[in-house]
Amino acid sequence: MSTTDLVDYDEAVARFDPVIGIEVHVELGTASKMFDGAPTEFGAEPNTQVTPVSLGLPGSLPVLNRTAVESAIKIGLALNCEIAELCRFARKNYFYPDVPKNFQTSQYDEPIAHDGWIDIELEDGTVVRVEIERAHMEEDAGKNTHVGGATGRIHGAEYSLVDYNRAGIPLVEIVTRPITGVGDRAPEVARAYVQTLRDIFRGLGVSEARMERGNVRADVNVSLRPTPESPLGTRTETKNVNSFRSVERAVRYEISRQAAILDAGRTVTQETRHWHEDTGITTAGRVKSDAEDYRYFPEPDLVPVAPSRAWVEEIRATLPEAPVARRRRLQGEWGYADAEMRDVVNAGAIELIEATVAAGAVPAAARKWWMGELARTSNTEGVELADLPVTPEQIAQLQGLVDSGRINDKLARQVLAGVLAGEGSPEEVVASRGLEVVSDDGALLAAVDEALAAQPDIAAKVRAGNLGPVGAIIGAVMKATRGQADAGRVRELVLERINQG
Amino acid sequence: MAGRHVAGSEDPPGGSTTPAAEAATATRDLTRMSADELSRALRAGEVTSVMVTQAHLDRIAAVDGAVHAFLHVAAEEALATARDVDARRAAGEELHPLAGVPIAVKDVVVTKGLPTTAGSRILEGWVPPYDATLVERLKAAGMPILGKTNMDEFAMGSSTEHSAYGNTHNPWDLDRIPGGSGGGSAAAVAAYEAPLAIGTDTGGSIRQPGAVTGTVGVKPTYGGVSRYGLIALASSLDQAGPVTRTVLDSALLHEVIGGHDRRDSTSLPEPLPDLVGAARLGSSGDLTGVRVGVVHELNGDGYQPGVRARFEESLELLRGAGAEVVEVSCPHFEYALAAYYLILPSEASSNLAKFDGMRFGLRVVPTDGPATAERVMGATRGAGFGDEVKRRIILGTYALSAGYYDAYYGSAQKVRTLIQRDFEAAFEQADVLVSPTAPTTAFKLGEKLDDPLAMYLNDVATIPANLAGVPGMSVPNGVSDDGLPVGFQILAPARADDRLYRVGAALEALLERGWGAPLLSRAPELPTAPLTEGTAR
Repeated sequence: MSTTDLVDYDEAVARFDPVIGIEVHVELGTASKMFDGAPTEFGAEPNTQVTPVSLGLPGSLPVLNRTAVESAIKIGLALNCEIAELCRFARKNYFYPDVPKNFQTSQYDEPIAHDGWIDIELEDGTVVRVEIERAHMEEDAGKNTHVGGATGRIHGAEYSLVDYNRAGIPLVEIVTRPITGVGDRAPEVARAYVQTLRDIFRGLGVSEARMERGNVRADVNVSLRPTPESPLGTRTETKNVNSFRSVERAVRYEISRQAAILDAGRTVTQETRHWHEDTGITTAGRVKSDAEDYRYFPEPDLVPVAPSRAWVEEIRATLPEAPVARRRRLQGEWGYADAEMRDVVNAGAIELIEATVAAGAVPAAARKWWMGELARTSNTEGVELADLPVTPEQIAQLQGLVDSGRINDKLARQVLAGVLAGEGSPEEVVASRGLEVVSDDGALLAAVDEALAAQPDIAAKVRAGNLGPVGAIIGAVMKATRGQADAGRVRELVLERINQG
Repeated sequence: MAGRHVAGSEDPPGGSTTPAAEAATATRDLTRMSADELSRALRAGEVTSVMVTQAHLDRIAAVDGAVHAFLHVAAEEALATARDVDARRAAGEELHPLAGVPIAVKDVVVTKGLPTTAGSRILEGWVPPYDATLVERLKAAGMPILGKTNMDEFAMGSSTEHSAYGNTHNPWDLDRIPGGSGGGSAAAVAAYEAPLAIGTDTGGSIRQPGAVTGTVGVKPTYGGVSRYGLIALASSLDQAGPVTRTVLDSALLHEVIGGHDRRDSTSLPEPLPDLVGAARLGSSGDLTGVRVGVVHELNGDGYQPGVRARFEESLELLRGAGAEVVEVSCPHFEYALAAYYLILPSEASSNLAKFDGMRFGLRVVPTDGPATAERVMGATRGAGFGDEVKRRIILGTYALSAGYYDAYYGSAQKVRTLIQRDFEAAFEQADVLVSPTAPTTAFKLGEKLDDPLAMYLNDVATIPANLAGVPGMSVPNGVSDDGLPVGFQILAPARADDRLYRVGAALEALLERGWGAPLLSRAPELPTAPLTEGTAR
């Protein structure tokens, strides 16, 4: 691969005005596929989640999934779009082995949702309004695996395998209008936009929206122009950028790369580009001006989609609030500082904390657990917070045990370790590991008496009014009870005993 | 073709027929009976389904070597169904009226476990893993499936000469075509190889074969019979329907296969009208108050004199039965053929894209270079599709291309709307519209094979119904000067299929009163030409 000239990012954005556009595909979390009853379970054995329809067998016909349409309408409404009163599917014709019918059934010139906007918030609190051109429904393709080549790409492979489990999974594609006027913050805006969409998908419950499973995939368009008044420059489209960080990096890289081309007096080629996660660069794919002719025409096997206004309003009434508004409301309710809230958002912990609070924990405690012990575990294990084997309800229960004095903070961490190790609920771990604070005064008094008897001189000093050395007695008791005593109660008992004596 | 076989005769299971009943039916040829008559005989216990099914298998064995209506005969499976129905009937189970009456199915309809080729090499050897909805309904009714019938490849043609598996011969004259694309189903019914058959009609493929073989063929309202499991030619035009020897039999079969199917998005939600009732009502021969519209544009130049003479005579009969005959004009029908030959190839070019050697059917791996997916697809399609299919794929691909779409596909869709409006206006003036079904009687095999336009003109009268989605029927109404059968086409508004049956049954009854016997009784006896194994001629 030849080395590519790059202009330092700050210089590039000082001389050029970047314009970006983003296409996001989200896989809907419906139980069955877009046009047939095949299940959509992730990670199943290849070609087991299929029917004659998703294999494109002769004679099979599509039937539209109502839940998928409802999800698309939800997404459209959450993005402040108009919902079409009548729209159709089209056939996008092209030959490729992962497309079972050799055409993809997709909306083309009649999207279900169009002309919307969404406000996104950058890390410093700046709000940017992104205009949405359209959101349309389509079906996913299958997945090719190229075997025998060095790169895993088709070039050089000996043969290819096709898995049609993914073929026909419902997708919604959301296309922005060109995002202008954000200058050097373009990469950050791109990232925040995709992140906001992810939050919206989760908030709507239309998708698990897990980036690492490819539930959400972004194509980023970047172009440069000399000044904000100049006409739009030639754009490139970088395909399949599949993490928030990569979205930001890919935009940044393209700005630096295109600036170098323009500086050299050459022109940017309109093309699709591949993103390389490992090296952080993009490379040329196919040239767009050579565009394939997809021979779109209205899908004759489906009737037009005509969502009634009553249904649309019914769906609108169930919509959760927008992420930015919701974030502000929750921050107020929870009393978190700006920096604290930002960390919570960036960690993807809003829903977890919300559920923990709903299960009875106070907001400060919920934050302490999720952003402390659990965030550390998530980092060291390399899994997302939400994927840790512990539920918000369990965290609330754990905090409840601390609040009632049945365990102390130190024990609570051991209990949490037990829960994460799959030993059951906090209550069950406390019971099975025998971690409960010793609150039986009889047992404690025996330990206190033993400690006082072992250190008579300290007992005498205390009795004489010098409370300083009492810590040594308490320490001895705690040691004897292996930390399971409540230190406050031990202190009370020690003083009681001495004063009695 | 491989897998073509007929089981030897078997002894029917005893118990369900009386010796007296057997004696009564022994003089009857079971293959000459209508489905309605067979239904009555089965219910009366005079015959068993095994007897009926075996009689038809024997007939196939005797004459299909000459007719070649079948691509695959499913003797074992048909007899198994027959035995099951007989056992259930003997056990006193309540059965569908057509239970035990055998049927032939056009090879464009997928049948679980039975080879399905759509007349194409590209599907040679493919055995579908599922049943079409209409096949499920035939099975649920207890109807033994005798086999799969020959057709033009992917239903593209009007003569069945475009089958990859040889010609089907018209039972009236073996040197002539049986019509198409459903020549196999029409010939099977005309040759008494099956009392009933399923056809599909995209531009006339049920009605035109019906006309040239002297059988009844019905194209239901679009959406009236599920398309799930029909190998699609043109999705917005395709419709499956009955092929029979009597109008009443078509109504009986139509009621089995019709009605809503949630697996077909274009399936009509409402229940079918009472078709059998309409056929019985019509058979009285009374059409008082019925307005019959003669379509001016479908009766003139280009129609054979004998065809026009029979048409005029039939109109006289309808007048005599009390119908009011009026002339209607459908000015845009003139453009129907042109619009059809843009819409059909466009949809077909996309529907046929899935035949690529990747998942099922023929797979040809090129040996002269790398076997990339694209080259395997190209080699498979090059070897698997016949010339007519390639011609239409090329036409359709061109018509849908960027820059041509509006001029071709877009304009054709506008013509379609105009034709629909012509129908709406005409149905203001008439309850049904009528015309000759086909402009000529059956032509000789090979006569038009090199002239696609002449071939396409066969469907000039049948195509408008497909473009508008309205139902149509062809009823045999005599023979032309050449002694070959002609058909009378009846068209009704969408969802009013019952009108076809009322008028069709009336015309049939009036004609047969005059003839003293069904038209098919005039067809010559067929030579016995046993089935042979191996590839068809």
